[in-house]
Amino acid sequence: MQKSIRIILFFLVFGVLNLFGQHDEESRHQGQNNEVRSSEAAHEEHEVEEFNVKNTIFHHIGNQNVFSVGSFSFPLPTILYSPGQGWSVFSSGKFDIGHHGDGHNAIDGYVLSEGSVYRIADKDFDREGVKHVVKIERGQEMVDGKMKEVKYAYVEGQKYKLDARSTWDGGALGGGITSFYDFSITKNVIFMILTALLLFLLFKKIANDYVKNKGNAPKGVQSFFEPMIIFVRDEVAKPFIGEKYTKYLPYLLAIFFFILTLNLLGQIPFFGSVNTTGNLSVTLGLAVIAFFIVNISGRRNYWEHVFWMPGVPWWVKATILTPIEFLGLFIKPFTLTLRLFANITAGHMVVLVFLGLIFIFGKSGTDVGGSVVGTLTAFPLVMFMMTLEIIVAFIQAFVFTMLVASYIGAAVEEHH
Amino acid sequence: MVGTITSIGMGLAVIGAGIGIGLIGNKAMEAIARQPQAVGDIRSNMILMAALVEGVALIALVLSFIS
Repeated sequence: MQKSIRIILFFLVFGVLNLFGQHDEESRHQGQNNEVRSSEAAHEEHEVEEFNVKNTIFHHIGNQNVFSVGSFSFPLPTILYSPGQGWSVFSSGKFDIGHHGDGHNAIDGYVLSEGSVYRIADKDFDREGVKHVVKIERGQEMVDGKMKEVKYAYVEGQKYKLDARSTWDGGALGGGITSFYDFSITKNVIFMILTALLLFLLFKKIANDYVKNKGNAPKGVQSFFEPMIIFVRDEVAKPFIGEKYTKYLPYLLAIFFFILTLNLLGQIPFFGSVNTTGNLSVTLGLAVIAFFIVNISGRRNYWEHVFWMPGVPWWVKATILTPIEFLGLFIKPFTLTLRLFANITAGHMVVLVFLGLIFIFGKSGTDVGGSVVGTLTAFPLVMFMMTLEIIVAFIQAFVFTMLVASYIGAAVEEHH
Repeated sequence: MVGTITSIGMGLAVIGAGIGIGLIGNKAMEAIARQPQAVGDIRSNMILMAALVEGVALIALVLSFIS
C-alpha cells in the first residue's frame, strides 16, 4: 500500500515538474515573440501571431548546437565546413545565444537560429569576422511547386536568405540542399558520449562485483542489472542465435542498454529535451553497425539463401526472388532505423502536442481561464503519455535488440 | 490543402498494418490461452512479427514524407 502511494506521489511530482518546466519555457518563447512583434509593428501591419504548435514541436525534438537546461544555454563546440570557405571551429557561445536559441552574432557567415546553425546563402555577403544579427525571421518560398519554409537573417540592415540546415542526407530527404557541413559536437553527440561513459563505468563496476562476489548472491547495483542481463541472454540471444550466442552477447547487451538509457534520458524533463534515439542519424548509425555485424558473420548457407534460394525454380529466382532477397539485405537495417526513430519521435511529439493544448486554449497566455482549462486537460493526458513512453522506451530497446539477434541468427545458421 | 493525398496514402498503409498487428495479437492471445506454459516463446515471436508488420507502415510513412 505504502509502496503504491509512493509511486503515485513520484509520478505526480514528476508530472508537475514537467508541466511547469515546459510552461515556463513556452511562455518565455511567447514573450520573446511579443517583443519582436512590438518592435516590428511600427514598420508593418502584422496580424497577431498565433501559437504555432508545429514549430514549437519541431524545435523541441530537433538536434541543437546548444545544450539548454531551463533558461541556461551551455555552449557546445561548433565544427563547420563549407566548400570554398574551409573549416570554422569555435564555441557556439560566440553566437551570444539569446532566448529561443537565436544567436545575436554572425560568425564567418554562420548564424544560430533556434539552436541550429544556418549559413547565409548570399555569395556577396562579407563572411569575415563577427557581425551583429538584428533578428531572424521565418518566411515561405515556392520551391518546385511546393511551399517551403525558409529563414531570413537581418545583418547590417540587409535581409539575407539562409541555407537549409546541414543534415546527414545533405537535404535529400526534405529540408533542401545546403551549402555547408556541420560536424559539430551537438546535444545528441554529447548525450551519446555521456551515455557511453556512464554505461562503461556502471558495467565495469558490475563486472568487478561478479569477480569479487564469486559464488555469492549479487549485491547492490549488480542485483538490479542482473535480471536485465539474464533476460537479454535467455530471451533474446539464446533462442534467436542458437548455441553460438556467446560471441554476440556483448554486442546485444551493449545496444540494448545504450538504446534503453538514451530512451529514458529523453524522458527527463528539464534536461535539454534530448531526443537522441528520435534522431534519424543516430538510429541510422546503430542500424549500419548491425548491418555490418550481420553480413560479416553471414555463412555460406545465408548467402546461398539470399542469391540462389535452393528448392525454387530457376526462373522464379532470377526474376523475383533474388532481387527481393538482395533488397531485403538493405531494407532490414532501414526498418530498424525507422522503427526506433518513429516510435521515440512520435512519443515526444504527442507529449508536446498535449502541452501545446495549454497555449492553444489559453491563447498564448492572454486568456487565463482558457489556460486553466488547458492545464487541467493537458495534465492527465501528459501523465498518461509519459508513463506510456517509459514502457515504449523498454519495448523499443528490446525490439531493436531482438530483431538484430534474429538477423544474426539467420546469418549464422548452419545447413540442416 | 497541400499533402492531402500522401496523408491519405499513409493512413491506408497504417490501416493495413493495424489489421495485421491486431490479427497477430488475437492469435497470440488465443495461443497463450490454449498453452499457457509457452507464453515466453509466443510473446517474443508476437513482438517480432508485430515489429515486422510495423516496418511496412514505417516505409509508407517515410515515402509520404519524401513525396
